[in-house]
Amino acid sequence: MDRFRMIFQYFQSNSESVMNGICGLLALASVKMYTSLDFSCPCLPQYNMAYGLGVMFVPPIILFLCGLILNRQALVMLEEWKRPAGHRKKDPAVIRYLCSSILQRAMVAPVVWIVVTLLDGKCLICAFSGSMDPQKFVGFANVSAEQVQQLLAKVPCKDDELMSNSASRKAVSRYLRCWSQALGWSILLILIIAAFLARWLRPCFNQATLLQARHWSNYIDIEQKIFEETCCEHSRLFAHKCILHFFESMQQEIKLHSFSLPREGEGDEGREGLLQGITDQDQVNKLLKTWYYEKPPLDVSQAHQR
Amino acid sequence: MDKFRMIFQFFQSNQESFMNGICGIMALASTQMYSAFDFNCPCLPQYNLAYGLGILLVPPFILFLLGFVLNNNISMLAEEWRRPRGRRGKDAAVLRYMCCSMAQRAMIAPVVWLSVTLLDGKCITCAFCTSVPLESLGNTSHPRLSQGEVQRVLARIPCKEIYNGQQLIANEVAVRYLRCISQALGWCFVLLMTTLAFLVRLLRPCFSQAAFLKSRYWSHYIDIERKLFDETCAEHARSFAKVCIQQFFEGMSTDLEAARCHLPRKGPADAGEAAEKLLGITDQGTMNMALKSWHRCKPPLHLHPPAPPTGNGWAGEGQPPTHPSAPQKETAAYYSWV
Repeated sequence: MDRFRMIFQYFQSNSESVMNGICGLLALASVKMYTSLDFSCPCLPQYNMAYGLGVMFVPPIILFLCGLILNRQALVMLEEWKRPAGHRKKDPAVIRYLCSSILQRAMVAPVVWIVVTLLDGKCLICAFSGSMDPQKFVGFANVSAEQVQQLLAKVPCKDDELMSNSASRKAVSRYLRCWSQALGWSILLILIIAAFLARWLRPCFNQATLLQARHWSNYIDIEQKIFEETCCEHSRLFAHKCILHFFESMQQEIKLHSFSLPREGEGDEGREGLLQGITDQDQVNKLLKTWYYEKPPLDVSQAHQR
Repeated sequence: MDKFRMIFQFFQSNQESFMNGICGIMALASTQMYSAFDFNCPCLPQYNLAYGLGILLVPPFILFLLGFVLNNNISMLAEEWRRPRGRRGKDAAVLRYMCCSMAQRAMIAPVVWLSVTLLDGKCITCAFCTSVPLESLGNTSHPRLSQGEVQRVLARIPCKEIYNGQQLIANEVAVRYLRCISQALGWCFVLLMTTLAFLVRLLRPCFSQAAFLKSRYWSHYIDIERKLFDETCAEHARSFAKVCIQQFFEGMSTDLEAARCHLPRKGPADAGEAAEKLLGITDQGTMNMALKSWHRCKPPLHLHPPAPPTGNGWAGEGQPPTHPSAPQKETAAYYSWV
């Protein structure tokens, strides 16, 4: 527990660290999701490609949208983009900085999914086994055209009785897997080179503007948080005043209607103040009913005059 | 837990220690990646070499670049390299030190991958199975096959279930031979790397130790200076935001009083403090107007100097001093500290 708290505190230290933490968690979640997914290729000529490519591309879109939803900075950026200029001019550099930072973080989990899918190979084997050239593989060379499509579509299914021990099935499977893994590693290589160049070359272009954009985007985030805290504090006080005012007005009403003689014991005044003059079941019921049917107005300006 | 916390704090103490931690994690991740990766030799003559050498060499390159990408010092290095000279001279030795230290740390995960791959043997077996010496290892009584056929048969050595060349060369013999070479290469590689590391560590103090100490100190200094600057800016942004919001609410309250033109209230003394906490907003309409105004018309990034204390208790206590050289216009003013 202590360990998690420390790691948690480290990531909470600033907003960017929180975003990095969420980004890492989504990437791990995407790997976990893939390993727990029960991939089952339909092994039918018309459905293979749709299923294979669907599993490869639809979850990344979902993960990308999740990455945008979970990122607080996305809301900050949208608000900054859509607000009227008013007394404060808008700086497009800040909005661009926020946008690129959000997109970069949201892209990590989808890319992890696609790379893991390609390195595993099942999706590509399922999607493209029907598009193989049967002449290249010995077992499929002497079969009629329709049958060859059926057979090729069954390649991803190891349990099928026709194909379970076929050497040609294994050959097609290996061939496609090899291409899938090569594609996966190539994509990873290209992305890493791009990330490296971006990190290396960024300080060479407009470093001062970048520092300013980063500072002011951080400022907007902090300002929004402090504004929300101030409003929370204010609404707490407002509610307190409103409710006190309500109890006082109920107390006065009860005094008017109950014709009770003034009490003689002055020592009871302290505790009586806490009970706000409401001391039996009927009065409490009346108070609760009034609270539900006739909530007090949102105006405590008269309360100041008491 | 205490031990873990100490270790964590030790690694956090500066960027270099932090990078050592990341470096260790990446080395572990590279072994994990290798064991999780499903090595799948294509067993075709044209593809084996490309696949085998690809798996041997491409992931280390990726891990090497990843080691640079994850290292925050890289942007620090680039920044230090590209900054205008200004009033602070640039020291090439510091840049060289940073570069070497980053490169050394980034090398560890690739070296681990290469060692693990060579010691395991699957990559070399896949890549070089078609180059097995048939004259020494093959069966003497094998049928005469064309060169292409021989290549096709040998390419299937890594795939035991489809291997059909037992009479040409026993599968077990070929695999053992290739694996032995692979492991020998692996151990030699590990020995070489360790010897290099040992020599570098041992011989470095013999060459310009004083210059080395200087470079190390100043590179740590640049790192710490950058961190402190970021922290100071964040602190400043927080104080700026607090004062800005307070002045926004004060401005709203003043506008409302001017619009309503009512007599000043004569509330009791303790209501003054509550009124101050309520920031002058005491009903729904006013709050709605404040929220609408916050969205439609954000206040300028320009703090007013603190007002002198007046009778209604709106004195701003403990406000940070505003910038004396603030320009007199109501647009966003960016104060650059660089």
